[in-house]
Amino acid sequence: MESLTTTVGTTRRTAGATRTGAPAVRPDRRPAASTRWAAFAFIAPLIAYLLVFYAYPLYRNIDLSLHDYTPRAFVQGNAAWVGLKNYTDIVASTTFSKAALNTAAFVLISIVFQYAIGLALAVFFRTSFRLNGVLRGMFLVPWLLPLIVSGSSWAWMLNSDNGIVNSVLRTFGVTPINWLTSPHWVLWSVIIANIWLGIPFNLVILYSGLQNIPGELYEAAALDGANGRQQFRRITFPLLRPVSAVTILLGLIYTLKVVDIIWIMTKGGPGDASTTFATWSYREAFGTGQPDFSPAAAVGNLLIVIALVFGFVYLHLQRRQES
Amino acid sequence: MRISTHRRALGALGIAVTVASLAACSSSAGTAGGATASAAGGSKTYTWWDPYPQHDASSSWAKRVQSCGDAAGVTVQRTAYDTTALTNQALLAAQEGTAPDVILLDNPAVSTLADTGMLTTTDEFGLDTSKIDPNLLAAGQMNGKTYGIPIGANTLALYYNKTILDAAGIDPTSIKDWDSLTAALQKVKAAGHKGITFAGIGTEEGSFQFLPWFWGAGAKLTQLDSPEATSALQLWTDWVKQGLAPNSVIQNSQNTTWEEFLTGDFAFGENGTWQVDAAKKAKFPTGVITIPAKTGGAAPAPTGGEFIEMPVQKDTKRYATTKKIVDCMTSTDGMVQTATTFAYYIPPTADGQQALLAKDSSLQPWVDAVKAAKGRTSDNLGTKYPKISEQLWTAVQNALSGSATPADALKAAQQKAAAATK
Repeated sequence: MESLTTTVGTTRRTAGATRTGAPAVRPDRRPAASTRWAAFAFIAPLIAYLLVFYAYPLYRNIDLSLHDYTPRAFVQGNAAWVGLKNYTDIVASTTFSKAALNTAAFVLISIVFQYAIGLALAVFFRTSFRLNGVLRGMFLVPWLLPLIVSGSSWAWMLNSDNGIVNSVLRTFGVTPINWLTSPHWVLWSVIIANIWLGIPFNLVILYSGLQNIPGELYEAAALDGANGRQQFRRITFPLLRPVSAVTILLGLIYTLKVVDIIWIMTKGGPGDASTTFATWSYREAFGTGQPDFSPAAAVGNLLIVIALVFGFVYLHLQRRQES
Repeated sequence: MRISTHRRALGALGIAVTVASLAACSSSAGTAGGATASAAGGSKTYTWWDPYPQHDASSSWAKRVQSCGDAAGVTVQRTAYDTTALTNQALLAAQEGTAPDVILLDNPAVSTLADTGMLTTTDEFGLDTSKIDPNLLAAGQMNGKTYGIPIGANTLALYYNKTILDAAGIDPTSIKDWDSLTAALQKVKAAGHKGITFAGIGTEEGSFQFLPWFWGAGAKLTQLDSPEATSALQLWTDWVKQGLAPNSVIQNSQNTTWEEFLTGDFAFGENGTWQVDAAKKAKFPTGVITIPAKTGGAAPAPTGGEFIEMPVQKDTKRYATTKKIVDCMTSTDGMVQTATTFAYYIPPTADGQQALLAKDSSLQPWVDAVKAAKGRTSDNLGTKYPKISEQLWTAVQNALSGSATPADALKAAQQKAAAATK
């Protein structure tokens, strides 16, 4: 009931905003009432869609995090209002600092390597050669595989006792590593798997970005005696900057939210050793015998805020670049 | 002119779509889900949820469920979820007032759902639970009320590889306590084989597998950092450190553990009643011993298995038919049928156990183990158990992976568990 009134209220406000915007387009005369209704009808599905699928879930998530939703309260709908207690609890939790460090390391290292490898491959595939398309297609495989398949495969390959990675290490006389069960290595393992997963995305976007750089620039540079490295530094990299910014920003947001690959490979363990904010939130809500929706929502909202900050940083940079 | 007609038509379409989508939204809150939608019309379809997604619509289990629907003269619409997902789905359905007619619920989750008020009691349904073994029924009892009936029970024991034990000169009956077990593992390792495998994964399965050792040391779930508890975790940690158990146990689920045991490299594997048939099909002869307590005797293993639950319905007229379905599942004959369909599920009544043993006397060790087993939510833990269990499996993970000593890991676990169950 509460949600319905909110939805209606927001509709009116959004609709109002649209109406005030309309005259600016046609300042010469007031649109006929029927046209205005038609205009509203056109925009209405979009507004309804935004409200139902974006505004309401977000509102609900905030609502969850400000109440104490025990399973009983969840069913009976009488959760106690606790204000910011869920937030102070998660910050005070011993998992918090561990998850914060893990999230930072997971995101930054993943992004740096995904971008660097993706860019190197994009530049490599820019020159046309035999089998270019086939090879490029093969690099997309990680993207096409269901995550449950690639996650399980990585877990299986990195298994301490029966994994192929350790058996290769053993063949070369290197001491096997407990990839998924040692607290020192486990974060690296999930990062490596995640880098592998993220390369195709970076490759595709950067490759299409490269297509937009005119070939004449390279010809001119070659005539001026610029070598390959100089061409990359002076032409490719600067002209690719807008595309790079989008790629990295999207990558940041995707990587912040990663749950599946970590959950499939390690469940965030051993202990908290590979727990990030995203897996922590998932574990609180769905990983134990008793769902804890409120702290889970609090951690989730924290993630949204972090993603928003990156979004604003991007907007700021873009605006500065334009002006 | 034509354009404006088009526009008007499109506008009308836009409105129609919006209205339709809004209507769809409002109706989903009220009547989604089979139970309520069909309630008004006195439908002959009854909804049934269980945690066995591995048994599809063509399985003998699905047929068994349908046969109970046939007996009650209705169609049973069965939906299977993963165990953890089932609890969440049930909570969601209860919140929306669309709970199914019957849920088969993993026993440690019963107290959590019962506490929400979404389950009916056996008294309300007029079901007799006096014949059910008290240790098995305990997981469904809260504040003097009983919620649901166990349709069967399983528990853990140690499977052994007879070929390896024979080669190492070990008599499985000589394993009476932890010392003799560890000595056997060392002998097996010296003979060039692997010792034991178990599931130490960071989920409920990890706690489930650790509990026989935890309880077998005399520890209690209300005090996770007692010296007894520490000795149990020390035992597991030492096994991993000394190479008597593989390092992979830290991430092993019970299924993975079983796969490891089936490779034929391991002398022992901790696993449950549900693998009895699979053990018979192994490439090597197998046997079963009960998990030993620290100083001898059988350790209490945790009971596994599902309760049949009847969620509260708006239309209470449905209960009469639901009761017929429940009766079909919980009669002695019904329980034995379920037991064999699942290969194996031990019936929770003396009559059922006798009937099952008459069919297959080799199940005697499992019947004994189930009788000695202990509910995870018993000792009046109820809804506190899931919180404690989460800390217990985290401690197991931390100790086995070397992040903390067993004592420190359990100390941290006790602090967190105490805070979470305040």
